[in-house]
Amino acid sequence: MQHLIENITILTAAPVINLGLLIDGILIGAIFALAAYGLALVWGVMNVKNLAQGDFIMTGGYIAWSLGRHGIQPLFGVPLAFVLLWGIGYVIYYLVVRKVITRDLFTSLLATFGIAICLQQTLNLIFGPDTQSAQADLPTWQFADGLISIAATRLIGFALAVILAIAVVLFMKNSRMGQAIRATAQDARAARVLGIEPEKVYAFTFSLNAAICGAVGALVVLVWNVQPFLGTTYSIRLFVIVTAAGVGNLPGVIAAGFGMGVFEQFGGFLFGAEFQQALIVILLLGVLTFRILQLRRFRQAVQ
Amino acid sequence: MLKRAGLLAAALSLCAAPIAAHAEDCGTIQLGAAVSMTGIYAANGHNTRDGYDFAVKKINSEGGVTIDGKCYKFEVKYYDDESNPARAAQLVERLIDQDKIQFMLGPYGSPLTKAILPVTEKYKTPVVQAEAASRSLFTQGYKYHFGIIATSEKYLTPLIDMAAQLAKKDGKDPSKLKIAMIYQDDVFSMDVRQGVMDEVKKYNITPILDDRMPKDLNDITGFLTKVKALKADVLIVSGHEKGAATAARQMGDMRVQVPIIAVTHCESAKIVSDFPKASEGMICPTQWDETMKASDKTFGTAMDFNNEFKAAYPEYKVVPYNVAQAAAAIIVWRDAFNRAQSLDQEKVREALTGTDLKTFYGGIKIAPDGSNPGKDVVLRQIQGGQYKVVWPEDVAAAQLEYPRSAQY
Repeated sequence: MQHLIENITILTAAPVINLGLLIDGILIGAIFALAAYGLALVWGVMNVKNLAQGDFIMTGGYIAWSLGRHGIQPLFGVPLAFVLLWGIGYVIYYLVVRKVITRDLFTSLLATFGIAICLQQTLNLIFGPDTQSAQADLPTWQFADGLISIAATRLIGFALAVILAIAVVLFMKNSRMGQAIRATAQDARAARVLGIEPEKVYAFTFSLNAAICGAVGALVVLVWNVQPFLGTTYSIRLFVIVTAAGVGNLPGVIAAGFGMGVFEQFGGFLFGAEFQQALIVILLLGVLTFRILQLRRFRQAVQ
Repeated sequence: MLKRAGLLAAALSLCAAPIAAHAEDCGTIQLGAAVSMTGIYAANGHNTRDGYDFAVKKINSEGGVTIDGKCYKFEVKYYDDESNPARAAQLVERLIDQDKIQFMLGPYGSPLTKAILPVTEKYKTPVVQAEAASRSLFTQGYKYHFGIIATSEKYLTPLIDMAAQLAKKDGKDPSKLKIAMIYQDDVFSMDVRQGVMDEVKKYNITPILDDRMPKDLNDITGFLTKVKALKADVLIVSGHEKGAATAARQMGDMRVQVPIIAVTHCESAKIVSDFPKASEGMICPTQWDETMKASDKTFGTAMDFNNEFKAAYPEYKVVPYNVAQAAAAIIVWRDAFNRAQSLDQEKVREALTGTDLKTFYGGIKIAPDGSNPGKDVVLRQIQGGQYKVVWPEDVAAAQLEYPRSAQY
């Protein structure tokens, strides 16, 4: 409690720090939003809750890191990880996900959990268990006597996340495949009647999500670091975001992603780093409780 | 009944060992270890295992252990504890109960060691461990546990002394030092914190920041923002390799300038090669450094060990102290068997309590609580991408660069 008061004192004594935290939160929020968008996509279209989301991200991170190791600017890892993870996602879809998609919730949860463990161990075998991070060697700009620092990597991460998000949203709106995906999400049977092959749509959606995660991972390794077993933390974060926004609400998911970034920065600052993750889980609890109450009211109205 | 059968089988296998001798007519002494090959501690788990393997090979090539005129070679049976304490305890029980191994080596890290010790005590199986520094391991009254490294509360106490002396030299009051610190919330790091807290009390210092980071957090921006806002004089980060990597990365991103920055686990986090600019001037405590003046007959000087290990394991650019201390554990076993002149667990345990050795790792003299209290920590500073011993002053190989000024 005393810490909390002290930390609030710091914030009020130097209000510019608020701005710094806000900027940081928004910059990293874009990265969360993008990955959460992918999760919401698979969740909404295929009704598969992908527990391997964070591990796809780690895989993408290692791809960008490998580039850096070979003397190539790790920023190029963003498109490369997108492409490679697309392939990996496609293979995983045909090997595993396709077989569980029609089963109940627990089967698909267990299957994606299994994928997550396999990915973790594969990364561990290939790249070793060390914490890794890639260096883009870009400048950092300082403002307000050094109290606000904006690293170019974060800015680029933000820009790439926004570009990718816009591209995906436009794709979903305008392309035939995007329309097919949305149609399948709304009513798979009706879509099939109208000549859309759900199988293809599912494969595409799952691969697209994996690809998005790959690109996100490449950004994560530039901004933070990666470790084969760090994926779960990201999966949890993304689940909170999607649950908070509601599965069908894609703009909401993006907004919640930014919200999560800002929430985490302020939470970490005010309550200390030890509560940074606990706060996310508490937030999830809060959101779920709120949703249940909301639904109950709705149900009563229907009755 | 079953247990008795197990003991009988163990005794039989021991008798059988000399009969089923190798070509050179040597017996085998089996050591067992659950070490993390996967999971959060896997990096240091590998270091530990490589240290054990290297020393076992070297000691075996020098004839191993001689008991009653008969030679014995060491052999280590490993299991992967997946960085999971419950799993480690299970595997150690399996090593003892099913694999009939009577002598144990430790896993990497205090959380895992803490989990296995009740098991080894239960089975009265001696453990020599070189990778768990938590003070709390030595206060439980364990009889079969022997640890050879400096306990964790000593890791950063020299740093506080150093900072206080520097402050005095500048004509400042040490009690006005602004110390900011963040620790991972595990046994080891909290012990490091306890040592620091005890030490700052001596100087009447109250740390301005005292934060924790969970083990799967890779973002400490909020903490570093506070460090900048409060203009700390001393910054301490202790969170294993991920903590060190996260700190180096984000200090670089945020251009943190603090006169004294101390980080644990610098080598395993590879901060010098990964963050050459940000890591410059950071201070890293270590149990062992190859420039240390210590030697023994088997491995030669610390520098000899360093060179020979690198030749055998070329993937290591720097030899982490974890490797050296793991190797030292094998020396302790050899010495104990040689003095016990027996393969009996009780006799060997008795011999272990009387350990008093000079090794390339430093002196090892076991105290009644199973620890090695003579072992101290040295501080090194990263200067021009090299680790240089800067503290205590009598063993220092280089002048401390103070205040640290990183050229980001």
